[in-house]
Amino acid sequence: MATLKTILYLFVYPGFLFLLVYSTFCEWFDRKVYARLQNRMGPTHTGRFGVLQPVADIVKLLAKEDIVPEQADKGLFNALPVFGLAVVSTAMLLLPVWHFSPGAPSFTSFPGDVIVLLYILSLPTLILFLAGWTSTSFFSTIGGARVLTMLFGYEVPLFLVILGPAALAGSWRLAEIAQFYQHRPLLLLPNILGFVIALICLQAKLERTPFDIPHAETEIVGGTFTEYSGKKLALFRLMIDVEMVAGSGLLAAVFLGGFPGGLWLGLVWFVVKTLAVIFLLSLIRAMTSRIRIDQVVSFAWKYLAPLAVLQLLIDILLKGFVK
Amino acid sequence: MRFTIPIGPQHPALKEPISLRMTLEGEVIRDADIRLGYNHRGLEKLAESKTYLQNIYLTERICGICSHSHSTCFVQAAEQLLEVEPPRRGVFLRYLVSELERVHSHLLWLGVAGHEAGFDSFFMYTWRDREVVMDILERISGNRVHYAINTLGGVRRDIDEAQRQNILASLSVLRQRSEYYLKIGANEPTFVARLAGVGYLSKEKAVALCAVGPTARASDISRDVRKDDPYGMYAEVPFEVCSAQSCDVLGRTVVRVKELMQSYNIIEFLLKNLPSGPVAVRAPRRAKPGEAVARYEAPRGENIHYLKANGTDKPERLKVRAPTLGNYAATIEMLKSGFVADIPLIFAAIDPCICCAERVVTLVDSRNGEESVVPMSRLRAMAEERYRRAPVKKDAEWPL
Repeated sequence: MATLKTILYLFVYPGFLFLLVYSTFCEWFDRKVYARLQNRMGPTHTGRFGVLQPVADIVKLLAKEDIVPEQADKGLFNALPVFGLAVVSTAMLLLPVWHFSPGAPSFTSFPGDVIVLLYILSLPTLILFLAGWTSTSFFSTIGGARVLTMLFGYEVPLFLVILGPAALAGSWRLAEIAQFYQHRPLLLLPNILGFVIALICLQAKLERTPFDIPHAETEIVGGTFTEYSGKKLALFRLMIDVEMVAGSGLLAAVFLGGFPGGLWLGLVWFVVKTLAVIFLLSLIRAMTSRIRIDQVVSFAWKYLAPLAVLQLLIDILLKGFVK
Repeated sequence: MRFTIPIGPQHPALKEPISLRMTLEGEVIRDADIRLGYNHRGLEKLAESKTYLQNIYLTERICGICSHSHSTCFVQAAEQLLEVEPPRRGVFLRYLVSELERVHSHLLWLGVAGHEAGFDSFFMYTWRDREVVMDILERISGNRVHYAINTLGGVRRDIDEAQRQNILASLSVLRQRSEYYLKIGANEPTFVARLAGVGYLSKEKAVALCAVGPTARASDISRDVRKDDPYGMYAEVPFEVCSAQSCDVLGRTVVRVKELMQSYNIIEFLLKNLPSGPVAVRAPRRAKPGEAVARYEAPRGENIHYLKANGTDKPERLKVRAPTLGNYAATIEMLKSGFVADIPLIFAAIDPCICCAERVVTLVDSRNGEESVVPMSRLRAMAEERYRRAPVKKDAEWPL
């Protein structure tokens, strides 16, 4: 019975099947919000309200011709999309949606899992860089270089800003951080600054406007994805969708108090909170224009990093008062 | 490490085929080169085999955005040769369409600039509001793109009182929306950060490289044919020449938005002071031998048509100098020492209309980079020579 349960968890909920369905739903949600904010309709025809459009896009891409450039490193070029999707799916394992009873946490929850999650979430960036680099086209190479340059900008503020709430909760374990704030919801308020910074960093990590520099279509065509087509491009798109779910799940767990209430209520909380984060991400995407790569790095180090340190200080001082 | 990337002939940032070759060092542009000729259609030669009346519709097809600019410029030159004077109501209506076209062209450009800067929301909003002016144009002329309203000696359609009121009502909507865009353009920090200081063109360089239109006006040169050499009824219309001192893409944006406001004023003035009377007079078919040059302030800058008559009903020669061609030299200057990220913005900021500017065939020798302009006869001789030497199957069969 226990084995059956584990298999169900892994493949149905909150495992692979749920993840794929939910990440395409999130892409639809993002596209629809973005379109409505721009006075457009967005997806309408595939499924009710066009909700199946991302699935249709992926199915279409899977059927398309798959071209590998002559000059590319074939092995790496073929492996990277699969590896990328595997990495972001693994990140989902660490989110605190798996422990349906707080008393018996699952094997994926351990002290320090927040660090591991952050580490895993920075791997897709490296994968995108390698994808650009192994494609050997000029546009891909520039895109790959931009991916790495941007990593130096947003990664440190993101790490710093996640440390703040963790320090206040006094734990390196996502489940415990979430539980701490579930018991003291008022303590979420001092972390609002951190939440805003984390949102901006997540936007940069997902390479969305104003940080869609590595694949700015009007400058460098497809950027890192220029040479990718067919199945591999479909996998990359799915990777970015799953990364969006995992990233917003992390933010919801750390800054919005996690997903309490066991299996069903936990599912509802997960959907509501991640959609709220994704809504904010779409809002940023609709309101801004793309900035230049040098502006990203200077913005991150001039404003985001100092504010993240400030947030950490606030949390450390507050910890003294709370105790 | 230096390397050259091709922007075009096909590229998402380009709406029409042109080739820009950028030599880069990392993200910084060290050298830029523009290659033309992907959109040459031989319109000038075609014009020589058509009558003056037919040529109005031909010149209208030089461009899909400033179609009225080319046909009006041609009509101005042709009317000089044919010695006809259009009636006042006809003149007012002709330049009413001109100003409406300027409004639609500038709104289109604002959207494109937003898209090139990665600000797609701005793009969607401006293009939605551009529909208002497109509807006005359709209401006046029956067409959205090629209005076909010009004729020799006036215009082809009149407007009635209901149309006049309708346009005035739509105009207030447009004015309100443009003020909103001016506010966004000045206040949205990422947008301003992206445009300010990009594509610097000093006043001296702008003069030396013969920049025209909003590109020149953004470099603090108040040059506008409507003011400097007024045609039609522009001498009696109150309006200002808009310029900016910042010499960058932000300046070019500001100039265009200000020009929108001026255009609304002009349209309002024209509609309120619309004289009564006929809209066209009869024009002769043949012109006496002679030459004429017409200047016209198109949305992109000064448009020049040169026309030579030989006594028949067809022109002997038509020469078109579109404003985009005047701005290419300045574009190279602006691109140098910019970033890769600025290429689409700088290039879009001159509001390039590539099909307007393609007038001659330039051959580039790929071995030594030597360029030469060749006449058609030489091209034909080269083709024949190539054909003679090439191993051609003499008894080739049609495969189907």
